[in-house]
Amino acid sequence: MLQIKDVSITFNEGTPDEKKALQGINLELHEGDFVTVIGSNGAGKSTLMNVISGNLVPDVGGVIIADKDVTNLPEFKRSAYIGRVFQDPMAGTAPSMTIEENLAMAFSRIRKRKLKPGVTKSRKAEFREHLKTLNLGLDDRLNAKVGLLSGGERQALSLLMATFTNPNILLLDEHTAALDPSRAALITNLTKEVVAEHGLTTLMVTHNMQQALDLGNRLIMMDKGQIILDIRGERKQELTIEDLLKEFQRIRGEQFESDRAVLG
Amino acid sequence: MLLSLFGAVESGIIYAIMALGVYLTFRVLDFPDLTVDGSFVTGAGVAAISIVNGVSPIVATLLAIVAGFIAGCITGLLHTKGKINALLSGILMMIALYSINLRIMDSPTVSLHSQPTIFSQLRDIWPAGIDSFFNGIFEAVGSRAPATWVIVIFMFVVVLAIKFLTDYFLKTEIGLALRATGDNQRMIRSFSANTDNLIVLGVGISNAMVALSGALIAQIGGFADVSMGIGMIVIGLASVIIGEALFGKKTIAIATIAVIGGAIVYRIVVTLALRVDFLETGDMKMITAFIVIVALVAPKLLQARKEKKRRIQKRQALGQVREGA
Ligand SMILES: Nc1ncnc2c1ncn2[C@@H]1O[C@H](COP(=O)(O)OP(=O)(O)OP(=O)(O)O)[C@@H](O)[C@H]1O
Ligand SMILES: [Mg+2]
Repeated sequence: MLQIKDVSITFNEGTPDEKKALQGINLELHEGDFVTVIGSNGAGKSTLMNVISGNLVPDVGGVIIADKDVTNLPEFKRSAYIGRVFQDPMAGTAPSMTIEENLAMAFSRIRKRKLKPGVTKSRKAEFREHLKTLNLGLDDRLNAKVGLLSGGERQALSLLMATFTNPNILLLDEHTAALDPSRAALITNLTKEVVAEHGLTTLMVTHNMQQALDLGNRLIMMDKGQIILDIRGERKQELTIEDLLKEFQRIRGEQFESDRAVLG
Repeated sequence: MLLSLFGAVESGIIYAIMALGVYLTFRVLDFPDLTVDGSFVTGAGVAAISIVNGVSPIVATLLAIVAGFIAGCITGLLHTKGKINALLSGILMMIALYSINLRIMDSPTVSLHSQPTIFSQLRDIWPAGIDSFFNGIFEAVGSRAPATWVIVIFMFVVVLAIKFLTDYFLKTEIGLALRATGDNQRMIRSFSANTDNLIVLGVGISNAMVALSGALIAQIGGFADVSMGIGMIVIGLASVIIGEALFGKKTIAIATIAVIGGAIVYRIVVTLALRVDFLETGDMKMITAFIVIVALVAPKLLQARKEKKRRIQKRQALGQVREGA
């Protein structure tokens, strides 16, 4: 479903600020894979998401979605394949527009926009059904401006908007990070439900290791622009936070040793 | 007195079309477009020179709309493809249009004296009974009566039609994406919208409206002048701001009618101000600036006073409870 081939990207090349954000990343996701991504700050997780969404163009390497090479497709064209939820609850919705208008825009993600009304009676009924699944009472507030919603409500709406049109790929970048623990748990549950319901191929970045272990069928760890750990299937089910930390130290320790050998 | 107010309403309603264009860029697209000063004249110039060359007034007006649309699109392209800051794109287009307008008109002023215009043609088919009916009202209150009602009635219909078209457009799938482009570009791009094209389209439509307004003003005034657009953007903004302050902006439908109301109120205030003895025609720009400042500051002051009153009342109520206890 998603193939990332040898992708590298360097910011500010040739300046003192040079940053190798991704170094030869290879990753393949099959249909229905749910991959959680962990890694320290600056590891390149968001950069990877941006390369997949088309927000960033890799220096070398390619991105293939549903057997189509999309490496040079601009973001707005690629989003026909991709549903996305951002970390910032403000980022995924248009605040001065109503809930139904936001949903109508999400509805047009996979259709050509025309000079027809965006919100129709039948669509309204459909939106209401979808909103009911959130259990937040938003189905009674179709005409409320999204700017009036709380962060958690907005994030739930963003998740709905990103998923109800069945994207080929779902990208979640720390989408629960800005929420209080109970709201975060709510959104995590919703995520689990929608991904399972639609069988979405998902890539989810999180800093919550427990969440990374609980969700999905595969886990990758990134560091310094590389994928340093890739665990799937049964091995993932048995994994604990301690294992992860140990593994991280083992891999990084080795590298540290080898760096020292080269320098020494 | 009544007669000059009538004149204010008459021209205010035509400038309202321009103000709706300004609303579209400044408020909906969040694109501070200064092309307006130029594209207003483009509309006037294209219409006037076409009419002088024998084109029918309706077709001439349509040509003006197209010319304004193109001018706006170029501003949009400068911003989206040329990556030039929005304000600067508009300013560049505005000064370029000054020369272009001179070329179009071939002289600084084009007179429409004894030429047909949309309004003269309408007047020919206008039943005289309507004028005498309304004029009866004017004479009843002892005022001189206006020459004709055709302009004001016709323009009311046109402006309302444009308003409803705008309202409808902003609720279509494309219109929603256009509004989201002004609200949250990153979001709407992640929902497959080409924000560059939407910006070009939006600024184009806005300047088409501005040019239409210019074309109609030229036909009413009987001339197009290369400098008639100076300060137009401020008048447009003033209309938007006054309208929002007086009539609100809760929904699109309210906001657009507010803008029309704002344009008319602006004209009325200017007309009244110019009747004050110590103010002259040259003071007009200063008056405009003053009106805008009042419209911006007054609602905030009123709001603050209301808040203060509410707080004082609350504290007093609390104090009484304590005393009672
Ligand atoms: N547009 C950019 N220009 C320059 N450097 C950038 C840019 N975007 C990211 N970087 C750098 O690339 C590195 C990877 O950033 P990225 O945002 O992918 O990290 P991350 O893994 O998402 O971290 P976090 O957990 O903090 O979100 C960082 O060092 C960052 O400073
Ligand atoms: Mg990040």
